[in-house]
Amino acid sequence: MNSGILIIALVFWMGAWAANVWLVRLRPDNQPLARSINLLIPALFGAALIMLWEGITVGFNISTILLPPPSMIWARIASSVDILWADFVQTFMKAVLAGYAIGCLSGFVVAIAVDRVPFLRKGLLPVGNLVAALPVIGIAPIMVMWFGFDWHSKAAVVVVMTFFPMLVNTVAGLAASGAMERDLMRTYASGYWQTLVKLRLPAAMPFIFNALKINSTLALIGAIVAEFFGTPIVGMGFRISTEVGRMNIDMVWAEIFVAALAGSLSYGLLALLERAVTFWHPSYRS
Amino acid sequence: MHDSLIPVGTVVAAIIVIWYVFAVYLNAPFERDQAARAGTQIASTQLVRNTLAQQRPVLPAPHQVAQEIWNTTALKKVTSKRSLVYHSWVTLSSTLLGFVMGTGLGILLAVLIVHSNVLDKSLMPWIITSQTIPILAIAPMIIVVLNAVGVSGLLPKAMISTYLSFFPVAVGMVKGLRSPDVMHLDLMRTYSASRGQVLWKLRWPTALPFLFTSMKVAVAISLVGAIVGELPTGAVAGLGARLLTGSYYGQTIQIWSALVSAAVLAAVLVTLVDISSRIVMRRMGMVR
Repeated sequence: MNSGILIIALVFWMGAWAANVWLVRLRPDNQPLARSINLLIPALFGAALIMLWEGITVGFNISTILLPPPSMIWARIASSVDILWADFVQTFMKAVLAGYAIGCLSGFVVAIAVDRVPFLRKGLLPVGNLVAALPVIGIAPIMVMWFGFDWHSKAAVVVVMTFFPMLVNTVAGLAASGAMERDLMRTYASGYWQTLVKLRLPAAMPFIFNALKINSTLALIGAIVAEFFGTPIVGMGFRISTEVGRMNIDMVWAEIFVAALAGSLSYGLLALLERAVTFWHPSYRS
Repeated sequence: MHDSLIPVGTVVAAIIVIWYVFAVYLNAPFERDQAARAGTQIASTQLVRNTLAQQRPVLPAPHQVAQEIWNTTALKKVTSKRSLVYHSWVTLSSTLLGFVMGTGLGILLAVLIVHSNVLDKSLMPWIITSQTIPILAIAPMIIVVLNAVGVSGLLPKAMISTYLSFFPVAVGMVKGLRSPDVMHLDLMRTYSASRGQVLWKLRWPTALPFLFTSMKVAVAISLVGAIVGELPTGAVAGLGARLLTGSYYGQTIQIWSALVSAAVLAAVLVTLVDISSRIVMRRMGMVR
Protein backbone atom coordinates (compact mmCIF):
# COMPACT_ATOMS: atom_id res chain seq x y z
CA MET A 1 0.00 0.00 0.00
CA ASN A 2 1.21 3.42 -0.98
CA SER A 3 -0.28 5.67 1.65
CA GLY A 4 1.62 8.87 0.82
CA ILE A 5 -0.31 9.73 -2.33
CA LEU A 6 -3.57 8.70 -0.70
CA ILE A 7 -3.02 11.19 2.10
CA ILE A 8 -2.06 13.91 -0.38
CA ALA A 9 -5.25 13.23 -2.35
CA LEU A 10 -7.41 13.34 0.78
CA VAL A 11 -5.80 16.59 1.91
CA PHE A 12 -6.29 18.09 -1.55
CA TRP A 13 -9.91 17.00 -1.54
CA MET A 14 -10.59 18.54 1.86
CA GLY A 15 -8.76 21.70 0.84
CA ALA A 16 -10.83 21.98 -2.35
CA TRP A 17 -14.00 21.42 -0.36
CA ALA A 18 -13.12 24.13 2.14
CA ALA A 19 -12.22 26.50 -0.70
CA ASN A 20 -15.57 25.81 -2.34
CA VAL A 21 -17.46 26.47 0.89
CA TRP A 22 -15.61 29.75 1.16
CA LEU A 23 -16.21 30.64 -2.51
CA VAL A 24 -19.94 29.95 -2.29
CA ARG A 25 -20.22 32.30 0.67
CA LEU A 26 -18.35 35.05 -1.18
CA ARG A 27 -21.11 36.36 -3.50
CA PRO A 28 -19.26 39.33 -5.06
CA ASP A 29 -21.27 42.18 -6.55
CA ASN A 30 -19.27 42.54 -9.71
CA GLN A 31 -20.65 40.35 -12.49
CA PRO A 32 -17.55 38.93 -14.26
CA LEU A 33 -16.02 37.94 -10.95
CA ALA A 34 -19.19 36.15 -9.85
CA ARG A 35 -19.29 34.31 -13.18
CA SER A 36 -15.69 33.15 -12.94
CA ILE A 37 -16.32 31.96 -9.38
CA ASN A 38 -19.27 29.95 -10.66
CA LEU A 39 -16.89 28.30 -13.14
CA LEU A 40 -14.14 27.83 -10.59
CA ILE A 41 -16.28 25.90 -8.10
CA PRO A 42 -17.13 22.94 -10.37
CA ALA A 43 -13.57 23.02 -11.76
CA LEU A 44 -12.15 22.63 -8.25
CA PHE A 45 -14.64 19.86 -7.52
CA GLY A 46 -13.63 18.01 -10.68
CA ALA A 47 -9.94 18.40 -9.91
CA ALA A 48 -10.54 17.03 -6.40
CA LEU A 49 -12.42 14.08 -7.87
CA ILE A 50 -9.55 13.25 -10.25
CA MET A 51 -7.04 13.63 -7.41
CA LEU A 52 -9.09 11.27 -5.27
CA TRP A 53 -9.29 8.77 -8.15
CA GLU A 54 -5.50 8.91 -8.57
CA GLY A 55 -4.96 8.61 -4.83
CA ILE A 56 -7.25 5.63 -4.40
CA THR A 57 -6.04 3.67 -7.43
CA VAL A 58 -2.35 4.23 -6.69
CA GLY A 59 -2.72 4.21 -2.91
CA PHE A 60 -4.56 0.91 -2.66
CA ASN A 61 -2.58 -0.62 -5.58
CA ILE A 62 -5.77 -1.28 -7.52
CA SER A 63 -5.03 -3.35 -10.62
CA THR A 64 -4.74 -1.15 -13.71
CA ILE A 65 -7.01 -3.60 -15.50
CA LEU A 66 -9.77 -2.77 -13.08
CA LEU A 67 -9.40 1.00 -12.98
CA PRO A 68 -6.32 2.72 -14.39
CA PRO A 69 -5.24 5.94 -12.62
CA PRO A 70 -5.82 9.23 -14.50
CA SER A 71 -2.09 9.78 -15.01
CA MET A 72 -1.80 6.50 -16.91
CA ILE A 73 -4.83 7.36 -19.04
CA TRP A 74 -3.34 10.73 -19.82
CA ALA A 75 -0.04 9.14 -20.83
CA ARG A 76 -1.96 6.82 -23.15
CA ILE A 77 -3.87 9.71 -24.69
CA ALA A 78 -0.67 11.63 -25.32
CA SER A 79 1.08 8.63 -26.88
CA SER A 80 -1.71 7.57 -29.24
CA VAL A 81 -3.12 10.80 -30.58
CA ASP A 82 -3.05 9.54 -34.17
CA ILE A 83 -5.18 6.45 -33.43
CA LEU A 84 -7.64 8.47 -31.38
CA TRP A 85 -7.88 11.05 -34.16
CA ALA A 86 -8.53 8.40 -36.83
CA ASP A 87 -11.28 6.87 -34.68
CA PHE A 88 -12.74 10.28 -34.00
CA VAL A 89 -12.87 11.13 -37.71
CA GLN A 90 -14.48 7.79 -38.57
CA THR A 91 -17.13 7.87 -35.83
CA PHE A 92 -17.79 11.52 -35.13
CA MET A 93 -16.96 13.45 -38.30
CA LYS A 94 -18.54 10.92 -40.64
CA ALA A 95 -21.26 8.89 -38.91
CA VAL A 96 -22.43 11.24 -36.15
CA LEU A 97 -22.39 14.51 -38.07
CA ALA A 98 -24.05 13.11 -41.20
CA GLY A 99 -26.67 11.19 -39.24
CA TYR A 100 -27.34 14.06 -36.86
CA ALA A 101 -27.84 16.56 -39.68
CA ILE A 102 -30.13 14.28 -41.70
CA GLY A 103 -32.12 13.09 -38.67
CA CYS A 104 -32.70 16.52 -37.15
CA LEU A 105 -33.48 18.18 -40.48
CA SER A 106 -35.96 15.51 -41.58
CA GLY A 107 -37.60 15.48 -38.16
CA PHE A 108 -37.99 19.24 -38.41
CA VAL A 109 -39.43 19.17 -41.94
CA VAL A 110 -41.86 16.35 -41.14
CA ALA A 111 -42.96 18.20 -38.00
CA ILE A 112 -43.86 21.29 -40.04
CA ALA A 113 -45.74 19.15 -42.56
CA VAL A 114 -47.55 17.29 -39.76
CA ASP A 115 -48.45 20.55 -38.07
CA ARG A 116 -50.51 21.66 -41.10
CA VAL A 117 -52.78 18.60 -40.83
CA PRO A 118 -54.54 18.35 -37.43
CA PHE A 119 -55.53 14.74 -38.15
CA LEU A 120 -51.89 13.72 -38.61
CA ARG A 121 -50.85 15.70 -35.57
CA LYS A 122 -53.33 13.87 -33.39
CA GLY A 123 -52.31 10.50 -34.78
CA LEU A 124 -48.54 10.88 -35.13
CA LEU A 125 -47.81 12.55 -31.83
CA PRO A 126 -48.72 9.64 -29.52
CA VAL A 127 -46.90 7.23 -31.85
CA GLY A 128 -43.88 9.55 -31.98
CA ASN A 129 -43.89 9.84 -28.21
CA LEU A 130 -43.95 6.07 -27.90
CA VAL A 131 -41.12 5.60 -30.40
CA ALA A 132 -39.06 8.28 -28.65
CA ALA A 133 -39.25 6.11 -25.48
CA LEU A 134 -38.38 2.87 -27.27
CA PRO A 135 -34.93 1.28 -27.26
CA VAL A 136 -34.26 2.46 -30.82
CA ILE A 137 -30.64 1.42 -30.44
CA GLY A 138 -31.82 -2.12 -31.12
CA ILE A 139 -32.12 -1.39 -34.83
CA ALA A 140 -28.32 -1.17 -35.01
CA PRO A 141 -27.81 -4.78 -36.16
CA ILE A 142 -30.50 -4.35 -38.82
CA MET A 143 -28.93 -1.17 -40.14
CA VAL A 144 -25.51 -2.85 -40.26
CA MET A 145 -27.11 -5.62 -42.31
CA TRP A 146 -28.76 -3.17 -44.70
CA PHE A 147 -26.10 -0.53 -45.18
CA GLY A 148 -22.88 -2.48 -44.67
CA PHE A 149 -20.01 -2.18 -42.21
CA ASP A 150 -18.79 1.31 -43.04
CA TRP A 151 -20.02 4.55 -41.48
CA HIS A 152 -23.22 4.69 -43.54
CA SER A 153 -24.96 2.12 -41.35
CA LYS A 154 -23.95 4.06 -38.22
CA ALA A 155 -25.29 7.26 -39.73
CA ALA A 156 -28.55 5.46 -40.48
CA VAL A 157 -28.90 4.43 -36.82
CA VAL A 158 -28.23 8.01 -35.78
CA VAL A 159 -30.86 9.28 -38.24
CA VAL A 160 -33.54 7.02 -36.76
CA MET A 161 -32.52 7.83 -33.18
CA THR A 162 -32.55 11.60 -33.67
CA PHE A 163 -35.63 11.83 -35.88
CA PHE A 164 -38.34 11.20 -33.29
CA PRO A 165 -37.17 13.49 -30.47
CA MET A 166 -36.90 16.26 -33.06
CA LEU A 167 -40.36 15.52 -34.48
CA VAL A 168 -42.08 15.43 -31.10
CA ASN A 169 -40.35 18.54 -29.77
CA THR A 170 -40.90 20.62 -32.90
CA VAL A 171 -44.59 19.76 -33.03
CA ALA A 172 -44.91 20.71 -29.36
CA GLY A 173 -42.95 23.90 -30.01
CA LEU A 174 -45.11 24.94 -32.94
CA ALA A 175 -48.10 24.79 -30.60
CA ALA A 176 -46.30 26.97 -28.05
CA SER A 177 -47.12 30.42 -29.45
CA GLY A 178 -50.04 32.03 -27.66
CA ALA A 179 -53.51 32.51 -29.14
CA MET A 180 -53.17 36.27 -28.60
CA GLU A 181 -50.05 36.52 -30.71
CA ARG A 182 -51.57 34.41 -33.44
CA ASP A 183 -54.64 36.64 -33.46
CA LEU A 184 -52.37 39.63 -33.73
CA MET A 185 -50.70 38.08 -36.77
CA ARG A 186 -54.12 37.55 -38.30
CA THR A 187 -55.06 41.20 -37.77
CA TYR A 188 -51.86 42.03 -39.66
CA ALA A 189 -53.29 39.90 -42.49
CA SER A 190 -50.18 37.72 -42.51
CA GLY A 191 -50.32 34.43 -44.37
CA TYR A 192 -49.43 30.95 -43.11
CA TRP A 193 -45.75 31.21 -44.02
CA GLN A 194 -45.33 34.67 -42.55
CA THR A 195 -46.89 33.55 -39.27
CA LEU A 196 -44.69 30.47 -39.33
CA VAL A 197 -41.40 32.26 -39.94
CA LYS A 198 -42.01 35.37 -37.85
CA LEU A 199 -43.98 34.05 -34.89
CA ARG A 200 -44.27 30.30 -34.55
CA LEU A 201 -40.74 29.18 -35.42
CA PRO A 202 -39.09 31.67 -33.07
CA ALA A 203 -41.54 30.61 -30.36
CA ALA A 204 -40.65 26.97 -31.05
CA MET A 205 -36.90 27.55 -30.78
CA PRO A 206 -36.53 26.59 -27.08
CA PHE A 207 -38.20 23.25 -27.86
CA ILE A 208 -36.10 22.72 -30.99
CA PHE A 209 -32.90 23.42 -29.08
CA ASN A 210 -34.01 21.02 -26.38
CA ALA A 211 -34.29 18.32 -29.05
CA LEU A 212 -30.94 19.31 -30.56
CA LYS A 213 -29.27 18.93 -27.16
CA ILE A 214 -30.91 15.58 -26.41
CA ASN A 215 -29.94 14.40 -29.88
CA SER A 216 -26.31 15.44 -29.56
CA THR A 217 -25.70 12.80 -26.86
CA LEU A 218 -28.03 10.27 -28.46
CA ALA A 219 -26.17 10.54 -31.77
CA LEU A 220 -22.79 9.76 -30.22
CA ILE A 221 -24.21 6.81 -28.30
CA GLY A 222 -25.95 5.48 -31.40
CA ALA A 223 -22.86 5.63 -33.57
CA ILE A 224 -20.61 3.99 -30.96
CA VAL A 225 -23.02 1.20 -30.07
CA ALA A 226 -23.76 0.49 -33.74
CA GLU A 227 -20.05 -0.18 -34.20
CA PHE A 228 -20.29 -3.11 -31.78
CA PHE A 229 -22.26 -4.95 -34.48
CA GLY A 230 -19.58 -4.76 -37.13
CA THR A 231 -17.17 -2.14 -38.45
CA PRO A 232 -14.08 -1.62 -40.52
CA ILE A 233 -11.03 -1.69 -38.25
CA VAL A 234 -11.32 1.94 -37.21
CA GLY A 235 -13.82 3.80 -35.07
CA MET A 236 -14.41 4.57 -31.42
CA GLY A 237 -16.86 1.74 -30.82
CA PHE A 238 -14.59 -0.73 -32.58
CA ARG A 239 -11.59 0.42 -30.53
CA ILE A 240 -13.50 0.17 -27.26
CA SER A 241 -14.75 -3.35 -27.88
CA THR A 242 -11.41 -4.71 -29.12
CA GLU A 243 -9.28 -3.03 -26.45
CA VAL A 244 -11.60 -4.35 -23.75
CA GLY A 245 -10.97 -7.80 -25.17
CA ARG A 246 -7.20 -7.21 -24.97
CA MET A 247 -7.57 -5.82 -21.43
CA ASN A 248 -6.02 -2.49 -22.47
CA ILE A 249 -8.40 -0.60 -20.23
CA ASP A 250 -6.33 2.60 -20.35
CA MET A 251 -6.92 2.82 -24.11
CA VAL A 252 -10.65 2.38 -23.51
CA TRP A 253 -10.60 5.25 -21.03
CA ALA A 254 -8.71 7.34 -23.58
CA GLU A 255 -11.55 6.76 -26.07
CA ILE A 256 -14.07 7.59 -23.36
CA PHE A 257 -12.20 10.81 -22.69
CA VAL A 258 -12.40 11.73 -26.38
CA ALA A 259 -16.10 10.86 -26.49
CA ALA A 260 -16.84 12.85 -23.36
CA LEU A 261 -14.88 15.80 -24.71
CA ALA A 262 -16.72 15.68 -28.03
CA GLY A 263 -20.08 15.29 -26.27
CA SER A 264 -19.46 18.13 -23.82
CA LEU A 265 -18.11 20.45 -26.51
CA SER A 266 -21.06 19.92 -28.84
CA TYR A 267 -23.47 20.33 -25.92
CA GLY A 268 -21.73 23.55 -24.89
CA LEU A 269 -21.74 24.83 -28.47
CA LEU A 270 -25.47 24.17 -28.74
CA ALA A 271 -26.08 25.91 -25.42
CA LEU A 272 -24.19 29.00 -26.65
CA LEU A 273 -26.11 28.96 -29.91
CA GLU A 274 -29.37 28.63 -28.00
CA ARG A 275 -28.49 31.63 -25.88
CA ALA A 276 -27.82 33.65 -29.03
CA VAL A 277 -31.01 32.57 -30.81
CA THR A 278 -33.47 32.59 -27.90
CA PHE A 279 -32.07 35.64 -26.11
CA TRP A 280 -35.66 36.77 -25.50
CA HIS A 281 -36.56 33.72 -23.40
CA PRO A 282 -37.29 34.41 -19.69
CA SER A 283 -34.63 31.94 -18.52
CA TYR A 284 -31.86 34.11 -20.06
CA ARG A 285 -33.27 37.50 -19.14
CA SER A 286 -32.36 37.67 -15.49
CA MET B 1 -58.80 10.26 -25.36
CA HIS B 2 -61.56 8.92 -27.63
CA ASP B 3 -61.17 11.51 -30.37
CA SER B 4 -57.51 10.54 -30.80
CA LEU B 5 -58.35 6.85 -31.28
CA ILE B 6 -59.18 7.15 -35.00
CA PRO B 7 -56.12 9.25 -35.97
CA VAL B 8 -53.75 7.00 -34.03
CA GLY B 9 -55.35 3.91 -35.55
CA THR B 10 -54.97 5.39 -39.03
CA VAL B 11 -51.32 6.20 -38.47
CA VAL B 12 -50.59 2.73 -37.12
CA ALA B 13 -52.43 1.14 -40.07
CA ALA B 14 -50.45 3.34 -42.47
CA ILE B 15 -47.19 2.27 -40.82
CA ILE B 16 -48.14 -1.40 -41.23
CA VAL B 17 -49.04 -0.88 -44.91
CA ILE B 18 -45.75 0.94 -45.55
CA TRP B 19 -43.94 -1.88 -43.74
CA TYR B 20 -45.52 -4.46 -46.10
CA VAL B 21 -44.64 -2.40 -49.16
CA PHE B 22 -41.03 -2.12 -48.03
CA ALA B 23 -40.92 -5.82 -47.18
CA VAL B 24 -41.95 -6.69 -50.74
CA TYR B 25 -39.62 -4.13 -52.27
CA LEU B 26 -36.56 -5.07 -50.21
CA ASN B 27 -37.03 -8.82 -50.47
CA ALA B 28 -37.87 -8.89 -54.19
CA PRO B 29 -34.24 -8.83 -55.53
CA PHE B 30 -33.50 -12.12 -53.80
CA GLU B 31 -36.56 -13.81 -55.33
CA ARG B 32 -35.81 -12.43 -58.80
CA ASP B 33 -32.28 -13.69 -58.41
CA GLN B 34 -33.56 -17.14 -57.46
CA ALA B 35 -35.89 -17.20 -60.43
CA ALA B 36 -33.17 -16.05 -62.80
CA ARG B 37 -30.86 -18.81 -61.56
CA ALA B 38 -33.54 -21.40 -62.02
CA GLY B 39 -34.05 -19.96 -65.51
CA THR B 40 -37.75 -19.31 -64.96
CA GLN B 41 -39.94 -16.26 -65.08
CA ILE B 42 -41.71 -15.42 -61.87
CA ALA B 43 -45.24 -14.07 -61.89
CA SER B 44 -45.77 -10.92 -59.84
CA THR B 45 -48.43 -12.47 -57.56
CA GLN B 46 -46.07 -15.37 -56.83
CA LEU B 47 -43.25 -12.87 -56.29
CA VAL B 48 -45.22 -10.97 -53.69
CA ARG B 49 -46.26 -14.16 -51.95
CA ASN B 50 -42.66 -15.39 -51.83
CA THR B 51 -41.25 -12.13 -50.53
CA LEU B 52 -43.56 -12.27 -47.54
CA ALA B 53 -42.58 -15.81 -46.58
CA GLN B 54 -38.80 -15.93 -46.80
CA GLN B 55 -36.65 -17.77 -44.29
CA ARG B 56 -34.14 -14.94 -43.85
CA PRO B 57 -35.75 -11.85 -45.36
CA VAL B 58 -34.01 -8.48 -45.54
CA LEU B 59 -37.11 -7.06 -43.90
CA PRO B 60 -39.56 -9.56 -42.43
CA ALA B 61 -43.25 -8.85 -42.91
CA PRO B 62 -45.30 -7.94 -39.82
CA HIS B 63 -47.18 -11.22 -39.80
CA GLN B 64 -43.91 -13.17 -39.84
CA VAL B 65 -42.71 -11.25 -36.81
CA ALA B 66 -46.06 -11.75 -35.09
CA GLN B 67 -45.94 -15.46 -35.80
CA GLU B 68 -42.36 -15.74 -34.49
CA ILE B 69 -43.39 -13.94 -31.32
CA TRP B 70 -46.38 -16.25 -30.92
CA ASN B 71 -44.17 -19.30 -31.49
CA THR B 72 -41.56 -18.19 -28.99
CA THR B 73 -43.90 -17.02 -26.25
CA ALA B 74 -47.10 -19.02 -26.19
CA LEU B 75 -45.86 -22.26 -27.73
CA LYS B 76 -42.60 -22.56 -25.78
CA LYS B 77 -42.19 -23.38 -22.11
CA VAL B 78 -41.40 -20.24 -20.14
CA THR B 79 -38.20 -21.73 -18.77
CA SER B 80 -36.93 -22.73 -22.22
CA LYS B 81 -33.89 -20.83 -23.51
CA ARG B 82 -35.72 -20.27 -26.78
CA SER B 83 -38.66 -18.61 -25.11
CA LEU B 84 -38.94 -14.86 -25.51
CA VAL B 85 -40.67 -14.68 -22.15
CA TYR B 86 -37.53 -16.04 -20.52
CA HIS B 87 -35.30 -13.52 -22.30
CA SER B 88 -37.67 -10.65 -21.60
CA TRP B 89 -37.67 -11.62 -17.93
CA VAL B 90 -33.87 -11.56 -17.80
CA THR B 91 -33.85 -8.07 -19.31
CA LEU B 92 -36.76 -6.89 -17.21
CA SER B 93 -35.19 -7.97 -13.91
CA SER B 94 -31.99 -5.99 -14.49
CA THR B 95 -34.03 -3.07 -15.83
CA LEU B 96 -36.10 -2.94 -12.68
CA LEU B 97 -33.15 -3.33 -10.33
CA GLY B 98 -31.28 -0.57 -12.16
CA PHE B 99 -34.36 1.63 -12.23
CA VAL B 100 -34.92 1.30 -8.49
CA MET B 101 -31.26 1.97 -7.69
CA GLY B 102 -31.12 4.88 -10.14
CA THR B 103 -34.28 6.47 -8.77
CA GLY B 104 -32.98 6.11 -5.22
CA LEU B 105 -29.62 7.61 -6.12
CA GLY B 106 -31.28 10.44 -8.05
CA ILE B 107 -33.55 11.34 -5.12
CA LEU B 108 -30.64 11.19 -2.68
CA LEU B 109 -28.51 13.49 -4.84
CA ALA B 110 -31.40 15.89 -5.34
CA VAL B 111 -32.04 16.10 -1.58
CA LEU B 112 -28.35 16.76 -0.93
CA ILE B 113 -28.16 19.38 -3.69
CA VAL B 114 -31.24 21.21 -2.49
CA HIS B 115 -29.89 21.39 1.06
CA SER B 116 -26.29 22.30 0.31
CA ASN B 117 -25.27 25.38 -1.62
CA VAL B 118 -21.75 24.03 -2.13
CA LEU B 119 -22.99 20.78 -3.61
CA ASP B 120 -25.41 22.66 -5.83
CA LYS B 121 -22.65 24.74 -7.36
CA SER B 122 -19.99 22.03 -7.53
CA LEU B 123 -21.93 18.83 -8.23
CA MET B 124 -24.72 19.99 -10.54
CA PRO B 125 -22.47 20.89 -13.51
CA TRP B 126 -20.82 17.47 -13.24
CA ILE B 127 -24.14 15.68 -13.16
CA ILE B 128 -24.98 17.34 -16.46
CA THR B 129 -21.52 16.60 -17.88
CA SER B 130 -21.86 12.97 -16.81
CA GLN B 131 -24.62 12.53 -19.36
CA THR B 132 -22.57 13.84 -22.27
CA ILE B 133 -20.36 10.79 -21.72
CA PRO B 134 -21.79 8.08 -23.91
CA ILE B 135 -22.10 5.60 -21.04
CA LEU B 136 -23.62 2.99 -23.30
CA ALA B 137 -20.33 2.99 -25.12
CA ILE B 138 -18.44 1.90 -22.02
CA ALA B 139 -21.10 -0.60 -20.98
CA PRO B 140 -19.04 -3.48 -22.39
CA MET B 141 -16.03 -2.39 -20.38
CA ILE B 142 -17.99 -2.18 -17.14
CA ILE B 143 -19.42 -5.63 -17.68
CA VAL B 144 -16.13 -7.25 -18.67
CA VAL B 145 -14.16 -5.56 -15.89
CA LEU B 146 -16.71 -6.41 -13.21
CA ASN B 147 -16.74 -9.97 -14.51
CA ALA B 148 -12.98 -10.08 -14.05
CA VAL B 149 -13.40 -9.13 -10.39
CA GLY B 150 -16.03 -11.76 -9.92
CA VAL B 151 -19.14 -9.62 -9.99
CA SER B 152 -21.36 -11.02 -12.67
CA GLY B 153 -24.98 -11.65 -13.45
CA LEU B 154 -27.60 -9.09 -12.67
CA LEU B 155 -25.63 -6.37 -10.92
CA PRO B 156 -23.28 -5.10 -13.68
CA LYS B 157 -26.17 -4.71 -16.12
CA ALA B 158 -28.26 -3.02 -13.46
CA MET B 159 -25.42 -0.59 -12.77
CA ILE B 160 -25.53 0.65 -16.35
CA SER B 161 -29.27 1.17 -16.02
CA THR B 162 -28.63 2.97 -12.74
CA TYR B 163 -26.14 5.35 -14.32
CA LEU B 164 -28.57 6.18 -17.09
CA SER B 165 -31.68 6.53 -14.96
CA PHE B 166 -30.35 8.55 -12.03
CA PHE B 167 -29.90 11.63 -14.22
CA PRO B 168 -33.50 12.47 -15.17
CA VAL B 169 -34.60 11.75 -11.60
CA ALA B 170 -31.89 13.94 -10.05
CA VAL B 171 -32.56 16.86 -12.38
CA GLY B 172 -36.34 16.56 -12.07
CA MET B 173 -36.25 16.21 -8.30
CA VAL B 174 -33.96 19.22 -7.81
CA LYS B 175 -36.55 21.22 -9.71
CA GLY B 176 -39.39 19.57 -7.80
CA LEU B 177 -37.91 19.99 -4.32
CA ARG B 178 -37.37 23.66 -5.10
CA SER B 179 -40.90 24.14 -6.41
CA PRO B 180 -42.77 24.91 -3.15
CA ASP B 181 -44.05 28.48 -2.86
CA VAL B 182 -42.00 30.95 -0.86
CA MET B 183 -45.22 31.56 1.10
CA HIS B 184 -45.43 27.92 2.10
CA LEU B 185 -41.75 27.79 3.04
CA ASP B 186 -42.25 30.89 5.18
CA LEU B 187 -45.26 29.29 6.81
CA MET B 188 -43.16 26.26 7.71
CA ARG B 189 -40.61 28.61 9.22
CA THR B 190 -43.25 30.28 11.39
CA TYR B 191 -44.14 26.78 12.63
CA SER B 192 -40.41 26.52 13.47
CA ALA B 193 -40.25 23.33 11.42
CA SER B 194 -36.89 21.62 11.17
CA ARG B 195 -35.21 21.00 7.80
CA GLY B 196 -36.30 17.39 7.93
CA GLN B 197 -39.89 18.35 8.58
CA VAL B 198 -39.89 20.87 5.73
CA LEU B 199 -38.46 18.22 3.46
CA TRP B 200 -40.91 15.51 4.44
CA LYS B 201 -44.09 17.54 4.87
CA LEU B 202 -43.74 20.23 2.21
CA ARG B 203 -40.96 19.68 -0.32
CA TRP B 204 -41.50 15.95 -0.89
CA PRO B 205 -45.26 16.13 -1.61
CA THR B 206 -44.77 19.12 -3.92
CA ALA B 207 -42.02 17.30 -5.78
CA LEU B 208 -44.02 14.13 -6.48
CA PRO B 209 -45.43 15.20 -9.88
CA PHE B 210 -41.87 16.00 -10.99
CA LEU B 211 -40.72 12.62 -9.68
CA PHE B 212 -43.25 10.70 -11.73
CA THR B 213 -42.49 12.62 -14.91
CA SER B 214 -38.79 11.87 -14.50
CA MET B 215 -39.48 8.25 -13.61
CA LYS B 216 -41.23 7.77 -16.94
CA VAL B 217 -38.07 8.86 -18.75
CA ALA B 218 -35.89 6.89 -16.33
CA VAL B 219 -37.68 3.57 -16.76
CA ALA B 220 -37.49 3.76 -20.56
CA ILE B 221 -33.80 4.59 -20.47
CA SER B 222 -33.15 1.81 -17.92
CA LEU B 223 -34.44 -0.68 -20.45
CA VAL B 224 -32.04 0.64 -23.08
CA GLY B 225 -29.20 0.30 -20.58
CA ALA B 226 -30.13 -3.27 -19.74
CA ILE B 227 -30.34 -4.26 -23.42
CA VAL B 228 -26.97 -2.75 -24.30
CA GLY B 229 -25.50 -4.27 -21.14
CA GLU B 230 -26.38 -7.70 -22.45
CA LEU B 231 -24.44 -7.30 -25.69
CA PRO B 232 -20.91 -7.98 -24.41
CA THR B 233 -21.68 -10.84 -22.03
CA GLY B 234 -21.25 -13.23 -24.91
CA ALA B 235 -24.93 -13.32 -25.79
CA VAL B 236 -26.03 -15.50 -22.90
CA ALA B 237 -29.56 -14.39 -22.17
CA GLY B 238 -31.83 -11.41 -22.52
CA LEU B 239 -33.29 -9.36 -25.35
CA GLY B 240 -29.89 -7.80 -26.12
CA ALA B 241 -28.43 -11.28 -26.50
CA ARG B 242 -31.25 -12.19 -28.89
CA LEU B 243 -30.36 -9.15 -30.98
CA LEU B 244 -26.69 -10.11 -31.05
CA THR B 245 -27.19 -13.80 -31.91
CA GLY B 246 -29.76 -12.76 -34.50
CA SER B 247 -27.26 -10.45 -36.14
CA TYR B 248 -24.49 -13.09 -36.04
CA TYR B 249 -26.59 -15.70 -37.82
CA GLY B 250 -28.61 -13.40 -40.07
CA GLN B 251 -31.85 -14.35 -38.33
CA THR B 252 -33.72 -11.16 -39.15
CA ILE B 253 -37.05 -12.46 -37.89
CA GLN B 254 -35.45 -13.16 -34.51
CA ILE B 255 -33.99 -9.62 -34.38
CA TRP B 256 -37.31 -8.05 -35.18
CA SER B 257 -39.21 -10.17 -32.67
CA ALA B 258 -36.71 -9.17 -29.97
CA LEU B 259 -37.13 -5.53 -31.01
CA VAL B 260 -40.90 -5.74 -30.88
CA SER B 261 -40.83 -7.34 -27.44
CA ALA B 262 -38.44 -4.62 -26.23
CA ALA B 263 -40.89 -2.04 -27.57
CA VAL B 264 -43.82 -3.71 -25.84
CA LEU B 265 -41.83 -3.95 -22.61
CA ALA B 266 -40.97 -0.25 -22.78
CA ALA B 267 -44.57 0.71 -23.45
CA VAL B 268 -45.82 -1.45 -20.56
CA LEU B 269 -43.26 -0.04 -18.12
CA VAL B 270 -44.01 3.56 -19.03
CA THR B 271 -47.75 2.89 -18.77
CA LEU B 272 -47.30 1.28 -15.34
CA VAL B 273 -45.43 4.34 -14.05
CA ASP B 274 -48.14 6.53 -15.56
CA ILE B 275 -50.93 4.57 -13.87
CA SER B 276 -49.20 4.61 -10.48
CA SER B 277 -48.69 8.34 -10.85
CA ARG B 278 -52.40 8.81 -11.52
CA ILE B 279 -53.34 6.76 -8.46
CA VAL B 280 -50.94 8.65 -6.18
CA MET B 281 -52.06 12.02 -7.57
CA ARG B 282 -55.70 11.17 -7.02
CA ARG B 283 -55.11 10.05 -3.44
CA MET B 284 -53.21 13.27 -2.79
CA GLY B 285 -56.03 15.29 -4.27
CA MET B 286 -53.82 16.63 -7.07
CA VAL B 287 -55.73 15.31 -10.09
CA ARG B 288 -54.63 17.26 -13.11
